[in-house]
Amino acid sequence: MGELKLMKGNEALAEAAIRAGADGYFGYPITPQSEVIEYLMAEKPWERTGMVVLQAESEVASINMLYGGGGTGKKVMTSSSSPGISLMQEGISYLAGAEIPCVVANVVRGGPGLGDIQPSQSDYFQAVKGGGHGDYRLPTLAPSSVQEMSDFVPVAFDLAFKYRTPVLIVSDGLIGQMMEKVELFDPIPRWTDEEIVEMHPWATNGKPKGGERRIMTSLYLDPHVLEEHNYKLQRKYAEITKNEVRYELLDAEDADYLFVAYGSSSRIAQKSVRLAREKGIKVGLLRIITLWPFASEIINEFTEKGIKGFLSVEMSAGQMVEDIRLAVNGRTKVEHFGRLGGVIHSPEEVLEALEQKLIGG
Amino acid sequence: MTEEIIIAGFGGQGVLSMGKILAYSGIMQDQEVSWMPSYGPEMRGGTANVTVIVSDERISSPTLSFFDTAVILNQQSMDKFEETVKPGGVLLYDPNGISKHPTRTDITIYKIEGARLAAEMGNTKIFNMVVLGAYLKIKPIVKLENVIKGLKKSLPERYHKLIPLNEDAITMGMKNVVKI
Repeated sequence: MGELKLMKGNEALAEAAIRAGADGYFGYPITPQSEVIEYLMAEKPWERTGMVVLQAESEVASINMLYGGGGTGKKVMTSSSSPGISLMQEGISYLAGAEIPCVVANVVRGGPGLGDIQPSQSDYFQAVKGGGHGDYRLPTLAPSSVQEMSDFVPVAFDLAFKYRTPVLIVSDGLIGQMMEKVELFDPIPRWTDEEIVEMHPWATNGKPKGGERRIMTSLYLDPHVLEEHNYKLQRKYAEITKNEVRYELLDAEDADYLFVAYGSSSRIAQKSVRLAREKGIKVGLLRIITLWPFASEIINEFTEKGIKGFLSVEMSAGQMVEDIRLAVNGRTKVEHFGRLGGVIHSPEEVLEALEQKLIGG
Repeated sequence: MTEEIIIAGFGGQGVLSMGKILAYSGIMQDQEVSWMPSYGPEMRGGTANVTVIVSDERISSPTLSFFDTAVILNQQSMDKFEETVKPGGVLLYDPNGISKHPTRTDITIYKIEGARLAAEMGNTKIFNMVVLGAYLKIKPIVKLENVIKGLKKSLPERYHKLIPLNEDAITMGMKNVVKI
């Protein structure tokens, strides 16, 4: 068993970056995720593993530092909260276009605009529908505990390098700020320069003798060439969709209804499941772990088996509910419940919404 | 066993650290814990509260509307949280600075003169440990030895010389809690 600690979600994410063998973290502080860079600066990973930690002059700078670092095959990461992630969207599109691996964590807060600093889940569209321009997708992991804030960092790096793509971790102010018990995984050593050369023949770490020049670019002025590049990206996204869907089912076997939720809403919905079961209502929870690729297949299976309805529980005006509706395609009832602007719904409110919108509705 | 607690008072009273020590104590005896603070601009000099859950099972929602125990340390928190105690639950408060005392009859109410006792012990900073002692007398969910282990884990080493004082404060709280 690994080391047990009581940590904030943000601190667990930062510690996990060091333990995952990251080479660099580039970030800019913003509430409610500032503990990430604070922890890294206090922990001095440059003394522990040689990892670089740099406070950039802005989020725009930090995302482009990922372009440089990731382009050389190094494990690089940034994190921010909603307004900061919006600033990064141009860079994320370039990273997706140039197929550069990196990890970007968003500790979501209320929006739009500067919004507030309380937990929210209103950046789902931005995460999975393409926050930047162009036909691209980002594998997106949604931790629902401090433990997963730690565990998902190495998973994100694995996906990033397996598919040569930026990977998002989307949590929120609740998961970032709360403390829970976390079992830290054993440190993974940083790759040596030789290992990078061997493992990543695409990386721009020097022209090999007699080899081709390597270029990191998202610019293809010939439309036919760009079309080919896009087809290649789409084949990659199809592969990710086939292999990387993650979800968890709780109390779903005998369920008449299912809550569908991710991140902190899935924790709240777990409590709502208990309250409902005490009243004799058979409801379960489908916890979405990868926001993209989305768990459409399991939703289809439950629909085929005759589930009476799905209630999407999100701290937003209803974003993920659209993907549930696409998977259900009109065959059963799909409703949404969620508080907005940083207000956290209570387990009782979620249960009431189920009773009103699905059972009574 | 699942114990759902809200601790609420002024920023600076040690509300968050009391919750943290309780959470660490739970870890020391292999329980699941969560610690969810109110955070934001209201913390600077204003009110602060933290929801702590200690359980033998996986913890679902870290934020709650109703609690097994409310530990209340100022009037604003009394106004806000008296009604959030589950029927049959516990309300523990320090009467110092409270003008409207709790009135509910379907819960058990306890009083601890935490501020006064801490001042008498010559260190107002151990106020929260006196209150923690009072709480643990009512709800012995964690063993004192695990609290001490939790303190060692959550305090930087240079403060470890203060652990005996903290232990005394906890004992003081245990001895002086009064059921109303």
